[in-house]
Amino acid sequence: MSGTLLLVQALNGLQLGVLLFLVAAGLTLVFGVMDFINLAHGVQYMLGAYLGAHFAAIMGSFWLALPLALLGSLAIGLLLEVLVFRHLYARDHLAQVLATFGVILVLNQGVKAVWGTAPRELPVPALLDGGITIMPGLQYPVFRIAIIAAGLATAGLLWLVVERTKVGMLIRAGATNPRMVAALGVDVRRLFTLVFATGAMLAGFAGVMAAPIFSVEPGMGDTVLILAFVVIVIGGIGSIRGAFIAALLVGLIDTLGRSLMPDLMRLILDASSARQAGAAIASMLVYVAMAAVLAFRPAGLFPVRGG
Amino acid sequence: MMRWSPALLLALLAAAPWLGFSGSYEFTLMARAMVLALAALSLGFLVGGAGLVSLGHAAMLGVGGYAVAILDAHGVTEALLVLPAAVAAAALFALLTGAIAIRTSGVHFIMITLAFGQMAFFTASSLAAYGGDDGYTLYARTEIAGHRLLENRLAFHYLCLALLAGAWLLLRAILASRFGRVLRATRENAQRAEAMGFAPYAYRLAAYAIAGAVAGLAGFLMANATEFVAPSAIAWQRSGELLFMVILGGVGSLPGAILGAAAFVVAEEQLATLTEHWRLIFGPLLILAVIFLPHGLAGRHRG
Amino acid sequence: MTGIGRRGLMGASAGLLAAPMLARAQGTPVKIGLVAVLTGPQAALGTQLRDGFQQALRHLDNRLGGRPVEVVLIDDELRPEVAVTKVRAAIERDRVDFVIGVVFSNILAAVMRPVTEANTFLISTNAGPSTFAGRGCNPFFFTTSYNNDQVHSVMGQAAQDSNYRRVFVMTPNYQAGRDAVAGFKSRFRGEVVDEVFVPLNQLDFSAELAKIAAARPDAIFTFMPGGLGVNLVRQYRQAGLANIPFLSTFTVDEATLPAQGEAALGFYSAASWAPNMPIEANQRFVRDFEAQFSYVPATYAAQAYDGAMLVDSALKRTGGSTADKDALRAALRAADFQSVRGNFRFGANHYPVQDFWLCQVARRPDGKFQTETVRKVLENSTDPYAAECRMR
Repeated sequence: MSGTLLLVQALNGLQLGVLLFLVAAGLTLVFGVMDFINLAHGVQYMLGAYLGAHFAAIMGSFWLALPLALLGSLAIGLLLEVLVFRHLYARDHLAQVLATFGVILVLNQGVKAVWGTAPRELPVPALLDGGITIMPGLQYPVFRIAIIAAGLATAGLLWLVVERTKVGMLIRAGATNPRMVAALGVDVRRLFTLVFATGAMLAGFAGVMAAPIFSVEPGMGDTVLILAFVVIVIGGIGSIRGAFIAALLVGLIDTLGRSLMPDLMRLILDASSARQAGAAIASMLVYVAMAAVLAFRPAGLFPVRGG
Repeated sequence: MMRWSPALLLALLAAAPWLGFSGSYEFTLMARAMVLALAALSLGFLVGGAGLVSLGHAAMLGVGGYAVAILDAHGVTEALLVLPAAVAAAALFALLTGAIAIRTSGVHFIMITLAFGQMAFFTASSLAAYGGDDGYTLYARTEIAGHRLLENRLAFHYLCLALLAGAWLLLRAILASRFGRVLRATRENAQRAEAMGFAPYAYRLAAYAIAGAVAGLAGFLMANATEFVAPSAIAWQRSGELLFMVILGGVGSLPGAILGAAAFVVAEEQLATLTEHWRLIFGPLLILAVIFLPHGLAGRHRG
Repeated sequence: MTGIGRRGLMGASAGLLAAPMLARAQGTPVKIGLVAVLTGPQAALGTQLRDGFQQALRHLDNRLGGRPVEVVLIDDELRPEVAVTKVRAAIERDRVDFVIGVVFSNILAAVMRPVTEANTFLISTNAGPSTFAGRGCNPFFFTTSYNNDQVHSVMGQAAQDSNYRRVFVMTPNYQAGRDAVAGFKSRFRGEVVDEVFVPLNQLDFSAELAKIAAARPDAIFTFMPGGLGVNLVRQYRQAGLANIPFLSTFTVDEATLPAQGEAALGFYSAASWAPNMPIEANQRFVRDFEAQFSYVPATYAAQAYDGAMLVDSALKRTGGSTADKDALRAALRAADFQSVRGNFRFGANHYPVQDFWLCQVARRPDGKFQTETVRKVLENSTDPYAAECRMR
């Protein structure tokens, strides 16, 4: 494998990682501050993609569809909060896992009832169409570069808010010791709603950004959800910084594994079994990584919660 | 009344073939309910007894099922060999993964069991010789001492029932024993248990392996009931469904897990005949059950 | 989309697409278990299958061989163990006379024994694995589609005819994917520069696309059904690789084109049917299907339509009776109906003997996309396994 190809694959890994970060950031915020496992975060990402495709089809413009989809994601997120999640904050993780699993069932079926079962399309906006030739014969789509830029910008913004503002201080305090924050007289409910709204918008944003590359279809959130969980667990629950680093790690492991594993296996197996075994091992690499991290650092790479 | 309902349920299942539920479809449905009940029972033991919430329990079921499939592919169909092999394989898998997983706790434990479940899923998918992603159809049901007894629906029905009842009594006895008391003590306050001289790790690992063995037994029955084994039976969604059965029945209550599994099978069956979009009804039911039945169908459980 | 309208028409009650009022008059209904994947990423294919079958029933006034029809709709969820449970229920509880449908081979393999051992006819309208074409052929099994390998080998032949020398091959890492590679290679004599297997739940192909660009092949051959194909086709176009001919099977079709759109324009597929075929029966089917369901039918719909027509023709021959299995089998074998594909008859293994075409994605005057025939690649083709079949 040539150096250029390796570099391209690293770039691909970075892009996947950044997308995973957008999903994982919301998840880890909600998890960290509210101690709430939201399995429905994946379907919120899916709804973002569907809303984006829907509004783009009506308005004929990605740039109009984006803010509308974000507002829609926010509205649906808040509705879910009032109807379901609010009743679960005081319950154990098991109850949260199950109730939000129920939300997945409903929304996966719901988008089918509304938009049908066929995959839908959100075209790449004209401004970000086209590509840059990064190796002979291969164009790197401008839109993917835009995803990387948007992800890095979001990461920077979140870091600023969390590290440098008063709200951020409360979020950090809430993640470390929620009871203390409440005892200090902070309106925890308002803090929760704010955090939750941010998480919903981030999931929706990730969905809209992913829609032009991936097909928009029922169940598209499930795969991403599991990967996002892997990310936040490796990174340390509640840690934005951890989520960022772990997302890049997972993106790189997955992409480079898929690209290199079959060749590596060829050192010990014949070509055809190497291809198949390599592909199989590559698909479980991120889970092996998660198990390995947890085995040695049971609270993840950047543990947040005290005690 | 709740206290006696599982015994009542088992009695009903025992009587069912003589009460007109003797169509082949009813047998299929009852077998499915009993197999899932057995799996839910083992998970309920883990969740309620040791406080270990696993989101990878379907993998144990899968290991048991795949043991049957792999032996079948190599011509071994004798239950006296296959059954212990399935149970031992699942227990061993639980022991190996548990040794790492039990080092974590809380939500991390949920996630690491999910990771092991996914690894089992991808491993099963890559077993090209045993069907890979497509799954493996058994040549025939397992034989008992050379007799094709399990082909008889009535015999298979009572075998499932006997194993379910047996597993229930066994797990109940374990929970009531000194081992079980220590296990619950470590669940409620690990530090105190440690201070009293018990190593929570060893107790939890043993519990995890026991649950794995019972789930392997369920996997053996599942493979024989459907005469088919596939990776999709190991997927994390199935683990989620098993957890749902446990919580539906009431965490901490073994009979609740049996009730939960039965209720799950009946609900799924009834709703699916109602509408193509049965999940639109099932999902809210699940949410409502979690919110309004915090102690499950079996009611409030006592410490 | 027409989602809600469709469901209204289906009569959501009881999951049955029961025949309307006029069917009540005479005769007990023929019961059909219709198996289709209606949940998950591949649900669009199952929807096509279901709607194609239903369109046939509309053309037949909701009668098969003169008898009213009752359809038990079975969503296999693309989970074999779920399919087995539900199909058993259809046979044991609902006592269906036929089990029809099935999109994916793994589901077919799972339900094969439960159905045929109950002496019930299983008519696949899509999955056609080689397992049941050769030594595993079964007197209770028919398929109105093809043998899977055949379609891939057609693409191998087309690549050969186009004088491509170096082809890059990429498929999902499961049995059907490995069969696709074998099928393609069976007729392609040039060099396969690399074979890449991707996981079935793959979302992002950027790693593989970089490999393709680095290999600079004359063409790529791929088999990426459903959502996989949507992602691949769009990312392939975005990566600027579209100047490398895109040869595919089950990757660009009318089920995925609504989401692939312009990205798929000019891409190739191999098939035994395309919506533009100038056969009268086909034009009627496509026109009425689009009027009813507001989308372009794919092979999944066309073959399900043929499946219903096949059962209708067989029941007409037996006078509506399903009791004499041997007579019913002979009537099915006769395939005495007008297929939307034109040439159609059954070989000794109950797999069709038919023509295969190279097709290409085109934009219709109304702006919708469909595959259109380019040239006939194989004529009256019998699958390679038929000779091994010793039908009992």
